[in-house]
Amino acid sequence: MTAAREQMLEKIRASLGRGRLTVERAAELEAGLSRPGPGTVPARGRPAAKDLIDTFRKEAERVDATVDVIENMTEIPSAIKSFLDSNELPPFLKIAPEPRLQAVPWSKEPGLEAAFGPAQAEDSAALGRAFAGVAETGTLVMASGPGSPQAMNFLAETHIVALWAGDIAGAYEDAWARLRKSDKGGIGGQFMPRAVTWITGPSRTADIEQKLLLGAHGPRRLHILIILSGR
Amino acid sequence: MRSTAKSFKINSRRAIADPKLQDALGRLSAGFPARRAAALDRLPEFDELREKARRIKDHTLENLDFYLERFEAKVREAGGRVHWAGDGAAAREIILDICLAAGARTVTKGKSMIAEEIALNEHLQRNGVRPVETDLGEYILQLMDEPPSHIIAPAIHLSKAQIIEVFRQKHKNLDPARPLDEPRRILDEARTLLRRDFLTADVGITGANLLIAETGSVCVVTNEGNGDLTMTLPRVHVVIASIEKTVPTLEDATTILRLLARSATGQDMSVYTTFATGPKRSPDSDGPEEFHVVLLDNHRTEMLGGPYNAMLRCIRCAACLNHCPVYKAIGGHAYGWVYPGPMGAVLTPHLLGPGRADDLPDASTLCGKCVEVCPVAIPLPDLLRRRRKDRFEAGRGSRIGRFAIKTWVMAARMPVLYRMLTGLAAVLLRYLSGGRGYISRLPLGGGWTGVRDFPAPQQGRTFMKQLKSGGK
Repeated sequence: MTAAREQMLEKIRASLGRGRLTVERAAELEAGLSRPGPGTVPARGRPAAKDLIDTFRKEAERVDATVDVIENMTEIPSAIKSFLDSNELPPFLKIAPEPRLQAVPWSKEPGLEAAFGPAQAEDSAALGRAFAGVAETGTLVMASGPGSPQAMNFLAETHIVALWAGDIAGAYEDAWARLRKSDKGGIGGQFMPRAVTWITGPSRTADIEQKLLLGAHGPRRLHILIILSGR
Repeated sequence: MRSTAKSFKINSRRAIADPKLQDALGRLSAGFPARRAAALDRLPEFDELREKARRIKDHTLENLDFYLERFEAKVREAGGRVHWAGDGAAAREIILDICLAAGARTVTKGKSMIAEEIALNEHLQRNGVRPVETDLGEYILQLMDEPPSHIIAPAIHLSKAQIIEVFRQKHKNLDPARPLDEPRRILDEARTLLRRDFLTADVGITGANLLIAETGSVCVVTNEGNGDLTMTLPRVHVVIASIEKTVPTLEDATTILRLLARSATGQDMSVYTTFATGPKRSPDSDGPEEFHVVLLDNHRTEMLGGPYNAMLRCIRCAACLNHCPVYKAIGGHAYGWVYPGPMGAVLTPHLLGPGRADDLPDASTLCGKCVEVCPVAIPLPDLLRRRRKDRFEAGRGSRIGRFAIKTWVMAARMPVLYRMLTGLAAVLLRYLSGGRGYISRLPLGGGWTGVRDFPAPQQGRTFMKQLKSGGK
């Protein structure tokens, strides 16, 4: 095992015509890792602050997500109920055990049978909270953790995501910067949660004669609730 | 995967004569290039991103030992394990050992070209572990016992009718009279059957689009969500990735991701882009308990720093396949192994070794479309020419071809003789054309005139003579 490791590293160095990197060069590269370059952010990823929500919405709808904008979190239950009703879906909802979502007044909507997760295979609709939204492509950034089980993003046919407007960023890089400052990693020296997933529209495939079909293995519907106030 | 790259010419002839395949290739040509073009129209910064991506990859390759060690350290820190595999056999053993240690009977698999490269499925099967492909295209191919014909759309060569036929044949427990005529029904059937495997598999195996040294994260991109179910539900997640997938930071990964889906399917971003870092953390309610990354060399280190170094920049988007007139005429299977199209014609001869895919570098008109669309600017036509040169210098290739090249070289070194011979040829060709401007049958030139006319030189004069007379 270690022999294979040494052999591969030796072959790399031999092909590059050099020995091990000098301590100085390695330190330079290490420093580069701790202050990553700014990236080339397309103009589309830098909308004016007032256009962030609109750009996000437009891009998310382009990739077949549906978007609903509500004023505050007390409206979440009724917004979800009416979404399920209008799509003729059963009024069951599995909710990620996330503090903000736990604080939603679920009892206000008695027609909705809501229970907190984790996800089960038979769930028909699941609700999670996005860590961020990226306007550039209408992408949701999900960060796994106790309040955001990863399987909840994939198992149910209908995936509903609560996205607070204040969490919408222009570009992916903005979301990385926020994640670096967060405590999402949950273990020492690591800001990355076990899984970060960018979601851009509902699951799809074009493997049968290049015909686009939604809902391959993941959700068939992706519904995004943008909540304007609070965060 | 067994290679038939040696019989490339026979494969191609068969492919061109296969009407079902030609239908499928027609759909491909109509689809991917137009969608890519539309995506690029919405991204004026594409060229800038492409230059940046090229630099990121070159920088990483120049310091690959550092970034691999750094990646390994970070994976360990997050509680995962990194395994180093010099070749396919070593990688297969490592993965089988992990599966056996986990007591695995069923493993789900995300789409991975590396797994095809090292023939992983066959090895697992021989040793009592059942691999289940979960990407819809790969699943169909597994039922048909066929290799993929495209690196991102593996079942692109199949028609709906062929898929329905194999579903009826292999899904024996279902009602034989069930309707399957709609693609939706085919998909739903696969979804239902595969759900069971997702929920019961002991190990999930995926490839990786990128390995991120900064965080020890593995980035996996899918549209179906099958990769994520494979990585999340089983107790053990194994990643198999070749070493050149490494990039330094999350920002670098982001730059490449901005190019990948646009170049591949014409999407701005694939549906699911997941960065997985280590196994389940203690407060998490899901995720694998074990996280393994198998780093595969399999001849990559030999390409590093040499004339084919640029090929290691490849991000496997398939744009070069989708725009290649040769790929679009013969499809992927004709190339005979895992990697088809221009990228495959450069890569396969190297990975299989001398004499085992010698015809592939000829599978190009050198039209240059591949380098034009490549998101990391790999000079594919130059590399293909270089492969031809290598073959010639190593004394391989057809005897007639070698004789022709040697004769031409001899003549070209004697300008007077050369001018005389070409002048003679021009007159002769004009005579053969009978004044029509084209020749439909040419002695010794049947390979050309069998499928198209040969243009006759205008006024029976060579190019040089026309040039001198100012094109008059």
